[in-house]
Amino acid sequence: MPLIRLQDIWRSYQMAAETVHALRGVSLSIERGEYVAIMGPSGSGKSTMMNLLGCLDTPTSGTYELNGTDVSHMDDNELAEIRNREIGFVFQTFNLLARATALRNVELPMVYAGVTADERREKAMAALTAVGLADRVDHQPNELSGGQRQRVAVARALVNTPSILLADEPTGNLDSKTGVEILALFDQLASRGNTIIVVTHEEKVALHARRVVRILDGNIASDERVNRP
Amino acid sequence: MNFLSELREGLLIAWDSLRANKLRSALTTLGIVIGIVTVTLMGTALAGLNAAFIKSISAIGTDVLFVAPWAWFSDEPWWKTRNRRPILLADARALIRQATFARATSIDVNRLATVRYRDRSASGVLVNGTTEGGVEVGGLVLKEGRFLSAAEVDGGRPVCVVGADLAASFFPFESPLGKKVRIEGSNLEIVGVLEKRGKFLGMQSLDNQVLVPVTKLVSDLIAYRPPVMVRIKVRDLKELDEAREEIRGIMRKIRRLAPGEPDDFAINEQGAFIKTFERMNTVLAGAGLFITSLSLFVGGIGIMNIMFVTVAERTREIGIRKAIGAKRRAILTQFLIEAAMICLLGGLIGLAIAYPITLVMDRFMPAVLSASLVGIALLVSVATGVIAGFLPAWRASKMNPVDALRAE
Ligand SMILES: Nc1ncnc2c1ncn2[C@@H]1O[C@H](COP(=O)(O)OP(=O)(O)O)[C@@H](O)[C@H]1O
Ligand SMILES: [Mg+2]
Repeated sequence: MPLIRLQDIWRSYQMAAETVHALRGVSLSIERGEYVAIMGPSGSGKSTMMNLLGCLDTPTSGTYELNGTDVSHMDDNELAEIRNREIGFVFQTFNLLARATALRNVELPMVYAGVTADERREKAMAALTAVGLADRVDHQPNELSGGQRQRVAVARALVNTPSILLADEPTGNLDSKTGVEILALFDQLASRGNTIIVVTHEEKVALHARRVVRILDGNIASDERVNRP
Repeated sequence: MNFLSELREGLLIAWDSLRANKLRSALTTLGIVIGIVTVTLMGTALAGLNAAFIKSISAIGTDVLFVAPWAWFSDEPWWKTRNRRPILLADARALIRQATFARATSIDVNRLATVRYRDRSASGVLVNGTTEGGVEVGGLVLKEGRFLSAAEVDGGRPVCVVGADLAASFFPFESPLGKKVRIEGSNLEIVGVLEKRGKFLGMQSLDNQVLVPVTKLVSDLIAYRPPVMVRIKVRDLKELDEAREEIRGIMRKIRRLAPGEPDDFAINEQGAFIKTFERMNTVLAGAGLFITSLSLFVGGIGIMNIMFVTVAERTREIGIRKAIGAKRRAILTQFLIEAAMICLLGGLIGLAIAYPITLVMDRFMPAVLSASLVGIALLVSVATGVIAGFLPAWRASKMNPVDALRAE
């Protein structure tokens, strides 16, 4: 059983005059432990795809099975629970809470999972240590560099041990040197068996993945596996 | 479990947000502050009035009928009643002889007079001419000595019973019993001292009075034949209506009223006091409630407004929380707690303002800011926050995470 199975997914937006079809019958399967890059030009439907994969949105038609569960018709609260358990997000703009310390940011998913305060603290510390920020736990985002912020975001994404790490242009707001560092971190996570899906328009980023899915006008244009040492 | 950690998180976020927007939060609470100040001051004033009233009323008892020419509370115009004949001592005696429902009776005349003892004097003292039944009718308790006896009343003897304050100020170091005080030219021997009992409706102190045989007062303390009042304590409160009817019949006979002629006297009772007081109380409570709800309403609108602003400002944060797994309830709780916390802050500020004011009020009337009133005030402020915050919080909880994350 694949971790992700999309079958004939359509996502349409009803506009005043017309209907925009952002995705037009996408079918795709991703296995546990894969490192996939989803590529395509601007407006091709990458973000729409990412929102669906991350259970932030539901398809207009088609089915999405995550871990064997059909999530395409779930309501808000059920989706929130799935996101909390199964998905770890890394955004282009980091999306950390500005007034909270790194530690509290990383604890947040566990707050909504109902984990006790002691356990939260312990796990958050471990996650921050794993991304090399053990000495920055009490800093607020504005006291951290872009690369450090994205590391905090990665720690937050992983702290609940989700099935998928979902990254949307994770290096888009970083200079190339820190971007490389984050990608190295992803490589490391992938080699430890994490499932990673990166949405990007940069070939450099896609080079790290072992599978590249290209989207064009809401359809999958190509899907190729890359064999790298 | 889950809800508790959400609650804790909500409290934490609310506290952070309050601290980040100190001035804004403080200004927003103004309406709540005013509302809470009114509710506590009004509540304190009403409780104080009630306490004073109940204390006063219990000093007289609800089972006593007061027969006098005029009613205490009347809708009749004054010019219709001003020519009423007084009730004379003989009439009063006749009434008492015939009244069968009475447990105790007294005939009373009140005067204000100056009381002297050696070089000490007190002016404006209430001199109550009464009969031996006055002790029971008035619910008096003696601290020392005895009350006026029937023989002393019949004989118009020069004796008196004094109130606690008067006794204390005239005889601080010795027993007043056997001493003679001088009132309007007569020397009266003190035979008893009353227990302290407090003020009547906060006006005339019952502890600063002298009780003398009504016959003595009528015969030589007052030059002319004064009107008297008859007090009748009924045997049983349930018989109050029958007693009133009986007294009415007797009085009509004594005053020789023809059938069809209206009464030219009145039978007063505590109930009239209580009714008037309750009417006043209702008006005050209504006014207080109106001001309070108005300011709480205005305050609540302010809270709602600021919460809408807060939710809009923090759309991105809501998106992040939802993406990470916050359910609707968690977001709803978070913003409700924040609104409630702002209002609670307002409530606390309101109490901090109201408390010293109640201390000042306490000089004029019994006014104590009670624990239950504090509890009500805090509860009301939290409830205002929850109600006013509900719509904004509901909107936040319903946000679509994709749109919220895109917001800037
Ligand atoms: N909320 C929306 N309402 C209307 N149209 C949308 C919405 N989101 C995306 N679209 C449209 O769907 C198409 C795909 O958008 P998107 O998934 O954001 O592409 P990408 O991320 O690859 O640039 C675009 O034509 C875009 O205009
Ligand atoms: Mg996009």
